[in-house]
Amino acid sequence: MPPVSGRPPARTARAPDVYDSSMPDRQVVVPSADAATIERLLAGDEATFMMLVDQNQPAMVRLAQMYVSSHAVAEEVVQEAWIGILKGLPSFEGRSSLRTWMYKIVTNVAKTRGVREGRSLPFSALAGEHDDPVDPSWFQGPDDPFPGGWRTFPDDWRGIPEDRLLGRETLDHISRALDGMPPMQAEVVRLRDVQGWSSDEVCNALDLTETNQRVLLHRGRSRIRRDLDAYLSEGRDR
Amino acid sequence: MSEQGLTCQEVIELLSSYIEGGLTVDDRRRVDEHLALCDGCTTYLEQMRETIRLSGMVTEEQVPEDEKTALLAAFRDWRS
Repeated sequence: MPPVSGRPPARTARAPDVYDSSMPDRQVVVPSADAATIERLLAGDEATFMMLVDQNQPAMVRLAQMYVSSHAVAEEVVQEAWIGILKGLPSFEGRSSLRTWMYKIVTNVAKTRGVREGRSLPFSALAGEHDDPVDPSWFQGPDDPFPGGWRTFPDDWRGIPEDRLLGRETLDHISRALDGMPPMQAEVVRLRDVQGWSSDEVCNALDLTETNQRVLLHRGRSRIRRDLDAYLSEGRDR
Repeated sequence: MSEQGLTCQEVIELLSSYIEGGLTVDDRRRVDEHLALCDGCTTYLEQMRETIRLSGMVTEEQVPEDEKTALLAAFRDWRS
């Protein structure tokens, strides 16, 4: 592949710094989009800063909220984190993506604040929800012909018109499902599936192991699927 | 289906990892074998993929104006 102009060749200069060689596509240099963003911020470009705020502020406040006692404190934490981010920009090394690094700073500030408030770990955020997004009664029991097999096959969504699938109401169901999830689970799904982050970035930003991240993501997706299925199958013949 | 084949209930718990390419070669093969024979799980997999696609259409909430104003002030302060 020809080199992309203006971008140093990947995986050469700083290869020894790679701390997870099992991830072949990990960036070992500051990705060009991040580098451009940092350059503009350092030059004092307010539009770039406000774009970052628009993209990240709601998620950052939710993230901080997992560690501290109130929404107001979470906002303070994020404000403090932004100042830390700006001050740290000149020394950003690009060992992770810019946004991952930013969220780590939020997590660190929030944790420190949470400890000061006498809160330790976000147990509530990590707790499992009470309802299982996969209902065991969908499957045949031990005395049935095919234990663990479907009792009734799930609905095929392929016949559903695109404008219904993408309608406001469908998307509202997804938002409501996210709002009903334990906070960490919701945040994993929001970052992965709503915002399109990689699992690597999410693990780093939220301080989760790969296994935890995957479990939370799967449960979250399963719950959205269940809620969507209930909505989409309304008024359909089965 | 062979004795050691996965049940539908087991397969659907592996589908996020399957989609992510996060399964071991062995598990992936077992899921593929199951899917090849099971319309129910194939439909469920399609639903999971569709769930991911539709989630990508959800828009993030708006940042309140007072928070924006405070942050812009912090940015100007940092520059000076």
